[in-house]
Amino acid sequence: MNDPRERVVTRQNKRVKKMSRIWKFGADVDTDQMVPGRFAPYMRPDHDVADAAFIEARPDFNREAVAGDVIVAGANFGCGSSREYAPLALKRRGIAAIIAPSFARIFFRNAVNLGLPLFVASDLVHQLHEGDQVTVDLNDYQLIHGERSFALPPLPDFARAIVEAGGIVNYVREHGGFPEVA
Amino acid sequence: MSIQSLEVPSREAAHPGWQRPMTLSEQILSRAAGRPVAPGDMVVVAPDLVMGHDSLSPSIIRVMRDQLGVDRVFDKDKIAIVLDHVSPASTVGTANNQNKVRAFAREQDIRLFDVGRGICHQVLVEERLARPGMLIFGSDSHSCSYGAVGAFGSGMGTTDIALIWATGKTWVKVPPTLRVQVRGRFRPGVSAKDLALRVCRDLTIAGATYAAIEYHGLDWLPLEGRQTLASMAVEVGAKAGIVPPTGVVAEQLLPPAWLQVQEDAVYEQELVIDLAELEPQVARPNQVDDVCDLSEVAGTDVSVVFLGTCTNGRYEDMRAAARILSGRRIHPNVRLMITPASNLEMQRAMRDDTLSILIDAGATLTTPGCGMCMGRHQGTLGDGDVCLSTGNRNFRGRMGAPSSRIYLASPEVAAATAISGRIAGPEEV
Ligand code: SF4
Repeated sequence: MNDPRERVVTRQNKRVKKMSRIWKFGADVDTDQMVPGRFAPYMRPDHDVADAAFIEARPDFNREAVAGDVIVAGANFGCGSSREYAPLALKRRGIAAIIAPSFARIFFRNAVNLGLPLFVASDLVHQLHEGDQVTVDLNDYQLIHGERSFALPPLPDFARAIVEAGGIVNYVREHGGFPEVA
Repeated sequence: MSIQSLEVPSREAAHPGWQRPMTLSEQILSRAAGRPVAPGDMVVVAPDLVMGHDSLSPSIIRVMRDQLGVDRVFDKDKIAIVLDHVSPASTVGTANNQNKVRAFAREQDIRLFDVGRGICHQVLVEERLARPGMLIFGSDSHSCSYGAVGAFGSGMGTTDIALIWATGKTWVKVPPTLRVQVRGRFRPGVSAKDLALRVCRDLTIAGATYAAIEYHGLDWLPLEGRQTLASMAVEVGAKAGIVPPTGVVAEQLLPPAWLQVQEDAVYEQELVIDLAELEPQVARPNQVDDVCDLSEVAGTDVSVVFLGTCTNGRYEDMRAAARILSGRRIHPNVRLMITPASNLEMQRAMRDDTLSILIDAGATLTTPGCGMCMGRHQGTLGDGDVCLSTGNRNFRGRMGAPSSRIYLASPEVAAATAISGRIAGPEEV
């Protein structure tokens, strides 16, 4: 089997350092672009939703993105519908981190609940470019690009606890409830 | 299945000694949290009603059962399931998924509104399940629509809803409130959709992210106009969009005494819109805040006109279109697709001559539900199609082929456009 998707791992080891490719996106990327409604698991229960990630909006991403890659986007990433299969497709694709100046509300919740690492950073977005090779270190919250190293600003404690547990389901199963609220 | 079990207890019962002036969102979230809350607080809340629709319910059921290991929902009376997004099923996959959801609802004794009943947000209002003062979450981003009845409604994804079905609780960050102050009344040919689009134009697509919106100055606006307006709160990123339950809504839905607009509450921002100056608005492809006055895009050729959705698929919307289409024919190059928001709205349009006017004019009528709004069935757009829709989203590929283009406008503009084959206002045809 030479299917390139063989390389796509559904549960990536988030803590392992490896070279990652940057996929750059503009502002206001909506969830219809990530996975069009027609490609929802509801419509195609026999397909892996990972195969539909950006299938029409970014065919190059759809073909080539592999586990460990990083999305760097403009503001309001993930606006639009509540479809959790949009961040799920990115998670199953093994996306190691998404960095953007801001995230849309429902996408943010969904991604945190799935344990997908998000970073809210605007300066960083301007310093990273399409195709850059970087190393993401989630132990120390660092992104290394050539000689330079950038801090990845952690999420607020509540969300960070969920992401570090690998998602809200794991968190609740381990702790019997939500993280402490401030 | 008693409505009583969903009654909202009084604020005082929840926590006496309530002092600080609050916005409606803060009042509702305080009651649901069991303590007074302020913007920025992270709180665990117990929602009054949780909606799941056919598109996400199969995965919600799977997460609840297989991942959380919970067999029964927390309270069957606080859950409603609506099959509306692909209604009736269009593929074997959707048919099998719907059967799974039906079996689950039967087994758990959850109220289920099956295909043909209508769009979730319309049905929950018609059934009086969504009522003033409630905290409502739904597996649909347009759950902000419940703000039309004075509820705090908000959309969530699969895992959040599964956790509520399992535990009865969720967490929210209390949003700051942004006040939209409306002055005056609509000019002829202008309606609630134009106001909703104007809000998108002024606030922009992310302008209310993480905030709640409160719409003031609309005591005179009937329920359906409030539904149009509130449904589009999410288009500017808002967590909720609430019209204070006044006027006809207060008469019909009897808001709890504790839910009161408090003029000295703190609003983060205020946007003033004067209806006397509001012209018909159109959102251009592919972003909902790329809104202009109708005159700027008038004359653009279209191939499809879609009248429907939770934003504009009600009787009044069909009636507004029928008034313009009466005795006329749609342009030969145009398909006019009409999808009533619910079977009750369709029946209202059958009782008078609304539906027959529309069908005489050349409209195609489809099953009540979401219709072609998400591009999955009942009129999916092909390459090169240009659609003028009364819906709420015009993202690239939303309704079908990525090369198709979607304009958003009111039912009045939709009807005039169907006649002329080009984007047009009601007075031009
Ligand atoms: S009509 Fe459209 S926007 Fe409304 S709930 Fe259905 S798919 Fe969503």
